[in-house]
Amino acid sequence: MTISVNTSVKVGITVNGEETTADVEPRLLLVHYLRDVLGLKATNVGCDTTSCGACTVLVDGESVKSCTVLAVQADGQSVTTMEGLSPNSTELHPMAAAFRAEHGLQCGFCTPGMVMAAVSLLEENPTPTEREVREGLEGNLCRCTGYHNIVRAVLSASGQNPDAVQTTSVDADADQSPAGGVESAPGFSTGSGA
Amino acid sequence: MSIMGTRVVRTEDPVFLSRGATYTDDLTDERLNGALHLTLVRSPLAHARITAVDVEAAREAPGVVAVFTGADVDLAPALLFAGANPGMVRPWLATDKVRFVGEPVAAVLTEQVYQGQDAADLVEVDYDPLPAVVDPRAALADEVLLFEEVGTNLAGGFGHDKEFDEHLFDDCDVVVTRDIVNQRLAASPLETRAAAAVWGDDGRVTLWASTQNPQSARDEIAGWLGIDAALIHLIAPDVGGGFGAKIGADPEFALVVWLAKAVGRPVRWAETRSENLTGMLQGRAQLQTITIGGNRDGDVLAYRLDILADAGAYPRLGVFLPFFTRQMAPGVYDIPKVESRARTVVTTTTSTGAYRGAGRPEATAAIERAMDLFAAEIGKDPAEVRKRNVVPPDAFPFETKGGAVYDSGEYAKAIDRVLEGAGYAELRAEQAARRERGDVVQLGIGVSAYVEITGGGAFSEDASVEVHADGTVTVLTGTSPHGQGHATAWSMLASEHLGIPIEKITVKHGDTDLIPRGSGTMGSRSLQTGGVAVHQAAGELVELAKRRAADVLEASVDDLEVAEGAVTVKGTDTSVTLAQLAEKEQLKVDTVFDSGAPTFPFGAHVAVVEVDIESGKAVVDRIVTLDDAGPIVNPLLAEGQRHGGIAQGISQALLEEVVYDSEGNPLTATFADYAFPSAAELPSFTLLDMATPTNLNPLGAKGIGEAGTIGATPAVQSAVIDAVSYLGVRHIDMPTSPLRVWEAINAARVESGAGSDSSEGAQQ
Repeated sequence: MTISVNTSVKVGITVNGEETTADVEPRLLLVHYLRDVLGLKATNVGCDTTSCGACTVLVDGESVKSCTVLAVQADGQSVTTMEGLSPNSTELHPMAAAFRAEHGLQCGFCTPGMVMAAVSLLEENPTPTEREVREGLEGNLCRCTGYHNIVRAVLSASGQNPDAVQTTSVDADADQSPAGGVESAPGFSTGSGA
Repeated sequence: MSIMGTRVVRTEDPVFLSRGATYTDDLTDERLNGALHLTLVRSPLAHARITAVDVEAAREAPGVVAVFTGADVDLAPALLFAGANPGMVRPWLATDKVRFVGEPVAAVLTEQVYQGQDAADLVEVDYDPLPAVVDPRAALADEVLLFEEVGTNLAGGFGHDKEFDEHLFDDCDVVVTRDIVNQRLAASPLETRAAAAVWGDDGRVTLWASTQNPQSARDEIAGWLGIDAALIHLIAPDVGGGFGAKIGADPEFALVVWLAKAVGRPVRWAETRSENLTGMLQGRAQLQTITIGGNRDGDVLAYRLDILADAGAYPRLGVFLPFFTRQMAPGVYDIPKVESRARTVVTTTTSTGAYRGAGRPEATAAIERAMDLFAAEIGKDPAEVRKRNVVPPDAFPFETKGGAVYDSGEYAKAIDRVLEGAGYAELRAEQAARRERGDVVQLGIGVSAYVEITGGGAFSEDASVEVHADGTVTVLTGTSPHGQGHATAWSMLASEHLGIPIEKITVKHGDTDLIPRGSGTMGSRSLQTGGVAVHQAAGELVELAKRRAADVLEASVDDLEVAEGAVTVKGTDTSVTLAQLAEKEQLKVDTVFDSGAPTFPFGAHVAVVEVDIESGKAVVDRIVTLDDAGPIVNPLLAEGQRHGGIAQGISQALLEEVVYDSEGNPLTATFADYAFPSAAELPSFTLLDMATPTNLNPLGAKGIGEAGTIGATPAVQSAVIDAVSYLGVRHIDMPTSPLRVWEAINAARVESGAGSDSSEGAQQ
């Protein structure tokens, strides 16, 4: 049996503002292009079923799970990883700074993907409710924080005061009750008031 | 102004949030240049004899440098946990038989990662299937044996060699007993297991590995390989979560070291999530029988806990953890008579070990469930029954019938405060109103009270604090973290004594050559051992600096004080900086702190859930927790620990379960199948504070890492059951999935003769 994977394809991808080119196997995942070809190790791989979002990057401004995109599919496009957000560790991007201020990270493994997903979320919805933040980040898993402080960080980065927006109970009105439907799951009604 | 108790943001974060942390698979160390990638061929069957392994085609595949089978590995199979049945040893690669899905059978080494999976697919293994044994009760029958030569599936036990006291409940008017399940969970740190090894010309091996305790991992691996531990230089880089499952070493780490030696090249290994969900230690996995008795006034007089724990195929730490479950069996209650036993059996499943709480959540879940059942049986409020039976605050130190000595506690106060914080009376009124109205969405209120044991097992920890001539400080600690923020907290502890800002303090950990002794981060032990050791070292350094400065400043030691990084003669501006002292002579203290005993943090949680009685779906509306771990060094970090713990507790109660079919096939081996919670499935949390110090260390600190999980799990489970208790439901096993809740409602209706058609069930 032979395995014909040796054919290589030339790709050109703008990563964090810089042109990159390489000859890659057609099956090479974008995340491995970033990590192994370019040496950008912030983007992590946490699963093999597109479930965890640790590998989330922006492709032409949209959040994408880079474990589910081939490098060849990103040919000619512009990719942003967490390394591309902040010029250095002392000048953090507002989202990254909010994660730090709110203690939105512990072990840090989900963080690069979570931060990129959060940046994308605010691009689409600049002033989300708490419920919208939770649902918007549904594709990014974190085992350490229980999401409490991640939610606070995103609310804070959106210019809202998390103490005012974050609620710890649903509206007392039973008609607004979140239980009973998959769509209207737990936690919060509209995020208005606390 | 003291830095202690302030919300200092983490010193780790600027790097973590810019270029990212450096986990084992991220390493670009030049010693790993040219490393081969290890891909393991794993068993697809739970229990089978291996009749043939053909690796010839794999050897011919592109990029393959070597393929090894069990026959090629010249290491004796090892007993992976010293306390287990000594015949239950694990081969490094399976030889004659496999005992769980995921057991490594062959090792493929390739130049590139992708080539590894290609070649692994070409390894042909012939299996002769054997019957699986998944249920521990079936394993106990010894009809299907994992280790035929051992003759039993019993891997270990505690207190199981004597009969239960048949008169234990003689004084009781009311006795309730029930079988309950504390289901198997996957720890699921976001970083899966990884290791990289390279042998040097000096005959030593450098091993990078994702572990919670590098020093113990080093010693374990040395033992397995039969080499001197001094030959292993183990480095834990940044570790992407552990939750107990990264305690010590895994057999794969030793295999990586062995393979690197065998091929004479560096070897790297990073498992996939699917491998992780069958290969990494799993947690909980206890079947329990609880029996509780008392009188109708609400006094609990006797309690019995019978534990059957599942070790998985090859016994690991999971064999020991029922020890903690037994020790903590009575929980916060002063129960006159308590007895327990634990038996642990092997099954054809993934091995078990620690998962956040590690034996204590199982104890709390059992006693809290028992208290609820007892309260329901006598028709009293479960919170009141709890308060009636707790150990009173003037009884400490209190030796329990479980054999633990609780250091300090204010259990009734904790319950009162959390009930008040949750608005318990109003919640009960709301619950009554919904029941009265016959709402489809019913309210459930769960109350739990817990005490746990932290810093158990390893009481001692080293620390070193050194002030350098440039004014910076280096702290060495044996408590190597994996996300807890020790670099920040330990810097605060040193800064408090030295008056040097935390920005100038570097905390080093995880390198066994630099820090030969240490017990790592587990069991919520770090602050009360490693943190206290840093506190002590910094304090000793202050005294050392004063003695040195006394000469320099020609003053009495008693007239000197240390502040802002300098020793000053009190009331004058005559001073010498610590940096200047370090310039003259190394200014460094090595110390050891030994607490000699564990501490017992405690708390109480109230969970409020809403349950749709038509669909059975339960969601957590609110959770209010009081977790008392004594004085807090950094509330931001402590709250983060509580948040994560609460989430994992809610998730065990509602969502997560590792499931095997009857043939031992894992049905939850990916994140698409395992119910890992997202932000959308959890609420925000309300935290209440209380600080009851321990006298076992100078900070008064207890552990906080696991408390949230221990308290939240039974509170949420109880709340779900409470929501449907008016329908006659007394118990639902975790996870309280919609199906289980729906089935419980229907079973209760059938029992009460109300019919099983759910369409009639809305209590119109």
